[in-house]
Amino acid sequence: MNDLPGALADIFTSPAMYGSAVRLGVFLAFAALGELVAEKSGTINISVEGSLLAGALGGALAFDSTGSLVLGLAGGAVAGTLVSMVSANMSHRLTADQFVVGITLNVLVLGLVGFLDATFRPLGGKAEVVSLPLLSDIPVVGEALFAQTWPTYLLYALIPLTWWLLYRTRWGLEVRSVGENPQAADVSGIDVNHRRRQAIYYGGILAGLGGAFLVLGQVGSFDTGAVGGRGFIAIAAVYFGGWTLRGTLAGALLFGMVDAFRLAVPVLGYEVNAQLLAALPYLLTLVVLYFVTKRFVQPAGLALPFIRGGF
Amino acid sequence: MSVPHPPSTRANPRTAPSLELPLMYAVSVGFALVLSAWLVAVTGHAWSSVGQALLDGSVLAPGRWGNTLTVSTPILIVALGMVVGVKAGFFNIGQEGQLLMGALAMALVGTKLTGSGPVLLITGLSLGLISGGLYAGIPALMRFRRGVPEVISSLLLVFVAFQVIGYAITTDWFLRDPDPNRPSLAVTSAALPDSIRLPVINLWGNQFGVGFILALLLAGLVALVMGRTMFGFKLRLLGASSPVAQQAGVSIARTGTVALFLSGAAAGLAGAIMLASGASGARLTAGFSNEIGWQGLLVALLARNRPLLCVPMALLFAALRTGGGFLAAAGVDRTVVDVVQALLVLALLVPPAVQYLQDRRRGPAWSDTGETP
Repeated sequence: MNDLPGALADIFTSPAMYGSAVRLGVFLAFAALGELVAEKSGTINISVEGSLLAGALGGALAFDSTGSLVLGLAGGAVAGTLVSMVSANMSHRLTADQFVVGITLNVLVLGLVGFLDATFRPLGGKAEVVSLPLLSDIPVVGEALFAQTWPTYLLYALIPLTWWLLYRTRWGLEVRSVGENPQAADVSGIDVNHRRRQAIYYGGILAGLGGAFLVLGQVGSFDTGAVGGRGFIAIAAVYFGGWTLRGTLAGALLFGMVDAFRLAVPVLGYEVNAQLLAALPYLLTLVVLYFVTKRFVQPAGLALPFIRGGF
Repeated sequence: MSVPHPPSTRANPRTAPSLELPLMYAVSVGFALVLSAWLVAVTGHAWSSVGQALLDGSVLAPGRWGNTLTVSTPILIVALGMVVGVKAGFFNIGQEGQLLMGALAMALVGTKLTGSGPVLLITGLSLGLISGGLYAGIPALMRFRRGVPEVISSLLLVFVAFQVIGYAITTDWFLRDPDPNRPSLAVTSAALPDSIRLPVINLWGNQFGVGFILALLLAGLVALVMGRTMFGFKLRLLGASSPVAQQAGVSIARTGTVALFLSGAAAGLAGAIMLASGASGARLTAGFSNEIGWQGLLVALLARNRPLLCVPMALLFAALRTGGGFLAAAGVDRTVVDVVQALLVLALLVPPAVQYLQDRRRGPAWSDTGETP
């Protein structure tokens, strides 16, 4: 058995570790990108966990019945959107408390997915690895980033799209303004709750895709415990990134790396306490949240419901 | 951070009270039940047999309602803690983990210390309460020192708690059953000695733990404290409007920490009581919490944070749970119960919200000028 620095060096120089970090990070990034848009509009959408799980099941079921990966991903997106539609309409049409709605939805989806899983026994399947020419030859990071299953590249396309939507369109400006100052946005003629609902829908589509990616692009099979609270880690990634796109992605990648580290340690033959390893992603997320949250200014209207005329 | 939904009392004299709200409740609950029945039907089962199985398993079959009362005990206690937290405006959703921490403390006291039964029992229950509270203190600390939303931190801590329990029951010096005759693969703690169990009440052929009586008393106590004392008023004021509370001299950090501590302490107590009432053979196991924490949370939401209303709701959820045990005979997966529970909670969220919006729409113009409805 090596000494600790040697062991860490060994783990962090293994190329398999980086490939796995990217896969796990991409899964988180799908959810985190959508959550970023929702939070920019003023909602901490904790039903993202439910959207991920619904997306995973929807993806597996759609793939099973059609045999097409594209339709599988679409099925995941639809399932994720359905969850976010309930969430959005209950918290920003009926103005029920967003946390109550989110918590309940997560439990509902967990039960529903368990029931449907026991009834239909979805299998899922795995997309093939596509190496992008030239790009995958880049030393160190090339193979990790550009020799992945093709749904991974969907995320690479969604990153600029989300940036463009959020920072270069009128819609994005309105979304950001209802998150910062809903009263002012309302006075200038923006339908605050409408924009917030749309932002949550967008989050639901992305989380649904993320769930489908988990099944079809990463693991290759469906399991009800597959998401296991990582929706909340995606929310933490948004906090880590200080509500910026770059930071959110960095957060997703960091948390993905921790997850990969957890998986790489036993594979490389090191013996570390299994429970400590399993708790590591959650512990690290908590530590990061503790040190990071206060350093950034969150959207001023975050987690506050909007009712014209106020409370 | 979160603004609870305003009460739906009609402050507006223009609209007379009507049957509208009860009707809306009936419709949305009916809708939830129909949706559940449809889900069962669509997966190829008869919903009537499901209903019969649920009823048999929870009440009708011999000895079952005592079981339901026992199951409802920790659910009710967790819900009461949640009520305290939510009334003060804080969403601790990590009860599952806090409950495990309470059970862990109880198991440590019960298997490591020696002494007279009642003393150990009371020590275990108190330490369970405290450790649950302290575990909820971590989100409180993160919230009030660093602004981390407790919704996220308390939930992440659940996953940490699972691993702590996993470590405890697989480690020989910690809690793993030292009995040399244990099955070689068994990873549980040793069983709590019989002298450290909560007494069991025998009534008409049914057995239930004395913890249920304790939980009922606790419900009364919470109702009293929240509704009739200065302390309860402080918590409610903080939940209704933190700026106003601050103006009135209520420290958000201190009162909020107390609220979160109490909500965790209740979950911890629930865990300790579960263990002392003999749940999973009075041994701490990997799946010990068995989603009781989640159920308690849902019960509090279902009861719209009224402590006394938590009692029937906890009984309802416990009945669905014990009834769910009979579902396998009907050929239906028991997870359908989780769906029914969550749908019920969602359904009960709708009517007050709709009512509130309608009241605002009907209200006179001045209510749109920032006047609190």
